Amino acid sequence: MRASVPEYLRVNTANDLTIRAATVNGSGSQSANLVLTNAIFRMGIPVAPKNVFPSNIEGLPTWFDVRVTPQGYQCRSRDIDVLVALNPATWHADVRDVRSGGVIVHEASYAVTGATAREDVTYYPVPFAKLAKEHVSDGGLRKYLTNMIYVGVLAHLLGIEAATIEAALRTQFKRKPKAVDTNMDAVRLGIDYAANNLTKSDLYRLQPMSGKTEGLMLMDGNNAAALGCVMGGCTVAAWYPITPSSSLCESFISYCDRFRVDKESGERKAAIVQAEDELAAIGMVFGATWAGARAMTSTSGPGLSLMAEFAGLGYYAELPGVIFDVQRAGPSTGLPTRTLQGDVSFAYTLSHGDTKHIVLLPGTVDEAYEFSMQAFDLADRFQTPVFVLSDLDLGMNLWMSKPLAYPEKPFDRGKVLDAAKLEEVKSWGRYRDVEGDGIPYRTLPGTEHPLAGYFTRGSGHDEQANYSENPDVYRNNLDRLTRKHDTARAYVPQPIAEDLGRDVGIIAYGTTHHAVVEARDRLSEQGFQTDYLRVRALPFAQDVTAFIERHDRVYVVEQNRDGQLYSLLKSELPPHLSEHLQSIRHYNGVPIDAAAITEPLLGAEKPVLA
Amino acid sequence: MNTNVNVRGLSRDVYKGSASTLCAGCGHNSITNNLIKALYEYGVDPYKLAKMSGIGCSSKTPAYFVDRAHGFNGVHGRMPSLATGAKLANRELMVLGISGDGDTASIGLGQFCHMMRRNVDATYIIEDNGCYGLTKGQFSATADRGSILKKGQVNELETIDVCGLAVELGATFVARSFSGDGKQLIPLLQAAFSHRGIAVLDIISPCVTFNDHEGSTKSYNYVKEHHAVLHAPDFIMGSQEITVDYEPGTAQEIEFDNGDRVVLRKLERDYDASDRIGALRTMHEARERGELVTGLLYVDTAAHDLCERERLPKKPLAQMNEDELRISREDWAQLMAV
Repeated sequence: MRASVPEYLRVNTANDLTIRAATVNGSGSQSANLVLTNAIFRMGIPVAPKNVFPSNIEGLPTWFDVRVTPQGYQCRSRDIDVLVALNPATWHADVRDVRSGGVIVHEASYAVTGATAREDVTYYPVPFAKLAKEHVSDGGLRKYLTNMIYVGVLAHLLGIEAATIEAALRTQFKRKPKAVDTNMDAVRLGIDYAANNLTKSDLYRLQPMSGKTEGLMLMDGNNAAALGCVMGGCTVAAWYPITPSSSLCESFISYCDRFRVDKESGERKAAIVQAEDELAAIGMVFGATWAGARAMTSTSGPGLSLMAEFAGLGYYAELPGVIFDVQRAGPSTGLPTRTLQGDVSFAYTLSHGDTKHIVLLPGTVDEAYEFSMQAFDLADRFQTPVFVLSDLDLGMNLWMSKPLAYPEKPFDRGKVLDAAKLEEVKSWGRYRDVEGDGIPYRTLPGTEHPLAGYFTRGSGHDEQANYSENPDVYRNNLDRLTRKHDTARAYVPQPIAEDLGRDVGIIAYGTTHHAVVEARDRLSEQGFQTDYLRVRALPFAQDVTAFIERHDRVYVVEQNRDGQLYSLLKSELPPHLSEHLQSIRHYNGVPIDAAAITEPLLGAEKPVLA
Repeated sequence: MNTNVNVRGLSRDVYKGSASTLCAGCGHNSITNNLIKALYEYGVDPYKLAKMSGIGCSSKTPAYFVDRAHGFNGVHGRMPSLATGAKLANRELMVLGISGDGDTASIGLGQFCHMMRRNVDATYIIEDNGCYGLTKGQFSATADRGSILKKGQVNELETIDVCGLAVELGATFVARSFSGDGKQLIPLLQAAFSHRGIAVLDIISPCVTFNDHEGSTKSYNYVKEHHAVLHAPDFIMGSQEITVDYEPGTAQEIEFDNGDRVVLRKLERDYDASDRIGALRTMHEARERGELVTGLLYVDTAAHDLCERERLPKKPLAQMNEDELRISREDWAQLMAV
């Protein structure tokens, strides 16, 4: 049936759509979706794929959205233009979610009646199961190749050349070149079926373009962070598997196997331990950094909870260590495969007593790499745990990114006294503030000098690391740690601001950034200009205060229920600035979209504008 | 030759630490003294020694020996992970972990188990008094069933036999001894230092304040009456000549990778310290009889340790720089090719 064409489609049909594949988990649709994404990207069209998957190995519904925009927006859109429906269990809901004027490619055996028979969408029935049964003789491969059939159908309907799909298949099956032909046969099956049986009656199309994707690649944040660990000199990694962070350590393992192994001896310049739990993982990290190595662990919220006690020890005993928290929705059994920025305030003060940590907030793949490398320098420089908080969206989804830059600076190992320096200084104190920056000197076990040894303890200690319960000694030590924290403000990644003196400012961090980019364009189209500051680390840099001071109304946008960064700003900045701040929050487990910002923001501004 | 120095040319004072703040007569102090002697005689390099501990009375003791060495008093029950990390970072370190029965068998049981499985090259001492000292005398998980607390409570729970557990989990050197028996303890400690892999020593160490009364199975008197010694160990440095002749069949000699040996002289019974099943049987039978068997219960000198299994280079990871660790520019360019 032919739908009436809504107004937006008349102007906006090429390269501006979201394709949703609704399939069953474990059916191998991931490969098909990645091939589709890669093929579109090869046409020079910006892509933003989002995998919305269940906590399940096989059988539950899963969705994969490929958003395509000429502008290159990287955030999710809540509008679904093209649906591929291959899951009978979600058929009704999936049809409902397609926008008016959209397209539904579906398994031909699904009944299009009642609520699923919409007047305002175009249906393309395809007998996927029948085609696969007739043409794929290998029963084991059948369900996987069925997905490639829809890639072929979409290629025909939207205008992707077969050769482009084939090139994408070669990328996808780089390590299994034999699979390319089998999969391409299935793609052709789809192309041929569509060419012979479907009449294109919608306006959506993809056409090659230039200027937006040249020199870019597709990479996920966990992979980029793992490369940061390799280039940042991490040699000890301890981890406990947890979604969505597992692929960070797994990538690190695979890079170490490739690039840290001596071909002759088989020796590997990295020790990677799958620990019994997160308590052990962070313990191994601190044991390793205490002994002088660069070490990391990666986890998600539940694991971070288990690390709380050790995080305090690391803070007080002043041990470096890098902790990646790829955030997900809570609690332990909450929504492990859904995204959230829910650990910001928890991570910042993780542990008991007075603790305040350095927290890095990467928002892009490039930052996932750069901040990962930088985290090791900061951890050594400040002799403290450094938390790198990304989220499932950044960690596990593919993003367009410029190639990651080769580091030009050597490692910053911070204030370490070796035997020669000890000979020179004659006396030192492990917790003495020599330069007034709050950062003491340390020695490493194995240093051959009578002055090198000291006793590391979390409990009360004086400047010489001797046990002390003296009230003044304890307080002085805490004050020094505050000084150290303040010093860090200028060393952590500084905020990025676009400040043109408008009345209204937006503050965001992490992956929320990408929705802010689109939201500001949408607002701007409506004649509403905003300034923007992206926080990239805690503690807050001075620029954050200045930005808030300059704007009457500042909307803090984030992906959690309680406005965690908003609260931190209110508690950390001068009280009079609180009046400038308002909170916009998104917390349903799927990545934030632009409308989640523009709607509440305009709602709040309406009285002001009026 | 100066007789006041050891093979490393260091005096005994170098192996001492701060004064103990534990109770007078505490078994742990005897262990510290025996440890100082063992380390001194062995000629341990103080700069290579890493003293690790968790929390509790036992875990305070690393402050009481080898002042000059680095020490790390971590969090409760987590010494194994700290020790594992330290060893991975710098495999040249001689890692000496000191724990207690609460630290190991209760809060740290998980980490203990996995350190055994990993066969981390380290010495793991459990100063075992069957109770919590710092929190005033509650039972720990190594308290024997039927043992009685000072105020009369009876332990109705089964004990956790850390030695049995260690053997079960693949530990490659498992010994039990008594804090007051320096003659047995010192050679066992030195053998543990020479062993490549995890060496566990469960040292019964009476708590004079909370667990040294009638009815306690970890009291000085109880240990004296129920002590069953497996064999008499002698430790022989690789460089030393054997001056004693052992009649065939009267001793078991075990040689470590570094050439050092421990000779287990036979006493009343035959015991083969390389027999894993036999070791488990001996421990079970002793427990049934209410005996405390001590000696080198089990040893396997051939198993790979963690650093070997990880195929770590000889050079400590902690000492590697950016040139050794970063991907080359050529490989990087290929990785980043779009």
